[in-house]
Amino acid sequence: MDLGVLAQYIMNGLMLGMMYALVAVGFTLFFGVLDIIKFSHGDVVTVGAFAALATFVSLRSAGIVSSPLLLLVMVTVALVAMAALGMLIARYLVLPLRTAPALNTLLITLMLGTVLRESVRLFYPQGANPKPFPALLPSSSINIGQFNLRLDNAIMLAAGVLVIVGLQFLLNRTKLGLAIRAVAQDEETARTMGINFTAIVLVTFAIGSALAAFAGIMNGLYYNEINFGMGLYLGVIGFAAAIIGGLGSIYGAILGGFLFAALQTIGAVALPFASAYKDVFAFTVIIMFMAWRPTGLIQEKISERV
Amino acid sequence: MKKFGVLLAVTAGVGLLGLAFGANPALAKDKVKVGFIGPLTGGVSVNGLGGRNSADLAVKLRNADPKAKYEYELVVLDDECKPNVAVQVATKMAADKDIIGAATHYCSSTAIATVDVYHKFGLPVVVWGAVLPDITYRNKYAEVHRVNGTMINQNDANAELISKLGYKNVAVIHDTTDYGKGHNEYFTKALTKLGGKVVGAFGVTADQQDFTAELTQIKALNPEVIYFGGLTPIGVRIRAQMDKLGIKAVFDGTSGIVSDAYIQGLGPLAEGSLAFREGAPTEKLPGGKFFMEKYTAQKYDNPPEAYGAFSYAAMDLILDSIEKVGPDRKKIIADLADVKERDSIVGKITFDDHGQNTVAVITKYVIQDGKFVEWEDSEYASGKRKLPGQK
Repeated sequence: MDLGVLAQYIMNGLMLGMMYALVAVGFTLFFGVLDIIKFSHGDVVTVGAFAALATFVSLRSAGIVSSPLLLLVMVTVALVAMAALGMLIARYLVLPLRTAPALNTLLITLMLGTVLRESVRLFYPQGANPKPFPALLPSSSINIGQFNLRLDNAIMLAAGVLVIVGLQFLLNRTKLGLAIRAVAQDEETARTMGINFTAIVLVTFAIGSALAAFAGIMNGLYYNEINFGMGLYLGVIGFAAAIIGGLGSIYGAILGGFLFAALQTIGAVALPFASAYKDVFAFTVIIMFMAWRPTGLIQEKISERV
Repeated sequence: MKKFGVLLAVTAGVGLLGLAFGANPALAKDKVKVGFIGPLTGGVSVNGLGGRNSADLAVKLRNADPKAKYEYELVVLDDECKPNVAVQVATKMAADKDIIGAATHYCSSTAIATVDVYHKFGLPVVVWGAVLPDITYRNKYAEVHRVNGTMINQNDANAELISKLGYKNVAVIHDTTDYGKGHNEYFTKALTKLGGKVVGAFGVTADQQDFTAELTQIKALNPEVIYFGGLTPIGVRIRAQMDKLGIKAVFDGTSGIVSDAYIQGLGPLAEGSLAFREGAPTEKLPGGKFFMEKYTAQKYDNPPEAYGAFSYAAMDLILDSIEKVGPDRKKIIADLADVKERDSIVGKITFDDHGQNTVAVITKYVIQDGKFVEWEDSEYASGKRKLPGQK
C-alpha cells in the first residue's frame, strides 16, 4: 500500500479514536464513582454540539465574525451548559435511585437519552435535518502524496491530547482528583474521611458531561455536519470502548476508544468484503475481546468481587 | 295488432335516430367501463386522490368529445397502499368483464403484488405512479404497462450525462437497502454500457457517520465522479467528508438527495452536486399547461400532485385504444403492445417489450447558488461554470 494512503488511514483512525476515547472516558468516570452505566451519555454529546451551534448562530447574528473568539465562546458555553446538564441528571435522576437496582438507573438514563435526542429533533429549528457546522479552525492543508494533512485536524488531535493529559493531572495530582478516586474506591470510607459524597458525584458528572460536549464540538468541526441522531451511535461505541478497556479505568477507556477506531478502519480497508460489514467486524472482535478478558484490558485496581 | 307493433317500432326507431342526430347524441353511444385503482385513504392518499381526479378528468374530457365512439364510466377502487387490500380490489376489478382496462397503483408494494392478478384475468392495466423496476421487469406480462419512469430510467439519464461530460471513472457509494442496492445495480449497468468504468463500489449502512475510511480508499482510486445511491442525511455527510479529505471529484446523487435539506446541510459545499428525478414538475411537462387548465376548471378538492399528469396520460392511453380497436380486452392488449412515439401530456410514450415506457421523463438537476436548477437551464450546461474536470 502507498505510504501516503496508509498515513491517511492512520490519521482518520486517530481522529475517530480521539472522539470515541473522550466519550468512553465519561462512561468510565460515572461507573467509577457510582458503579452505574449512564446510557444518555451519547445524547449529551449531541446536545453539546447543538448548544455550540446555537451559540455560533446567535453570535453570528450579533455581528461577531472573529473565528477564534467565536470558537472560544462556543466551547465555553457548550462545556458549561453540558456540565450543568450532567449535574442536573446526576442530582435528580441518578442519585435518587442510589438504593434502587442498578437496572433502574440504566433504564432511566436510556429513556432520558431518547428524550434528549427527540427534543433536539423537535425543538431545534428544523432539527430533523442534518445541520452544517461551521469550520472555524484554519483549514489549510499539506499534501504529501496521497496524504492530506489538514491543520484543523492536527489542532483537534492536539487539543484532545491536552484534554486527556489535563484530566489525568486533575485526577492524580489535585485534591479534587484524590477525592474522586477515594469515592470511586470506597464510598463509606471516603465519607468518614470528610469527603462530601454528593458534591464529588456532581463534579464527576460535570467533568464527564463537559468532555462529552468537547467530543460533540470536535465531531462538528471534523465532519462539518451534526444531526440529532449522532449521539446514539457514539454512545454505543463509547460504551463498548469503555467496557473492553475495563470500566472504571481512564487509560482503559482511551485504549478502548482507539482500539475500536482501529478495528473499524481495518474492517473497512483491509478486509476483502464490502465496507458495509466494518461495524459487524469491529463489534465481533469486541465480543471476542470480552470473552478473552471479561474485566477489560486494563482492570480496575480494586474491583468488587462477590 | 301486428301492424301496430311494426308501426310503433318504426316510429320509435325514427325517434331514436332523430335523437341520435339531434338533441342528445350521447344516448346512442355504447357504455364502456374503465377502472382506476390508487390509495384513496391512508398516509399517501393525497397522491391517490390527485391520481383519481386526473383519471376522472381524462374520462370526462373524452365523454365531452363529440367524436368519441363510446360513453365511458369510471369505476374507482381504493388499494389503501396495502398489498393485501390491493390484491382483493384488483381481483374484484379484473373479474368484472365489463371493465375493459384500468389505470392502476401509486405504491410500488401494491403494484408488484397485483401484476399476477391482472395477468391471470387478462385485464390490461397501465401503472401510473409506482417506480419499482420489478413491476414491469420481473415478469413479461402483456397486460402490464407503465407510463412513468423507474429507477432504471433515472440511472440511464445519469450515466448518459456523466459520459457526455467526458467522465470515465466513477466510484460508487450506496446504502445497503433495496433502494441503494437497486441504484448501484442499474447505474453500474448503464455506465458500463456507455463505456464508463466503476472503479470501486462501497456499501454503507443508512445511519453511518464516518466515511473517511471508504473515501480514503476512493481517493487512492482517483475517480472523476463519486456516485451516491442513497438518501439525504448520509449524502450530506459523504459530501462534507469528501472535502475534508481533499477529494475534488463530482458528487453525483440520485432522486434520494433531491431535497432542500441537502442544500441546507452543506451550505456552499452543495454547489455543483448532481441529482436526478423521475417525472418532472407538472408545469414543465409538454401538456402540463393544458392539463392544469382543465384540472382547475373541474374544481376538484385536491391538487393533482406529482403523478396526476401520469394518471391522466395512463387513462387517456387506455381510452385511445378502446376508441381504436373497440371494447375488447384482448384487442386492447394487442394494441398497447405496439405503442410507439404516442403523443401524451407527459411527452411521447413508447412501450418496450415489457410494457415499460422507455422515453420516460427524467429531470436532471445541478445545484447552483443554493438551488436545484434543471441541468439544461444551468450555467454548467451553458459552459459559464464548470464542474471539476468537466470537458
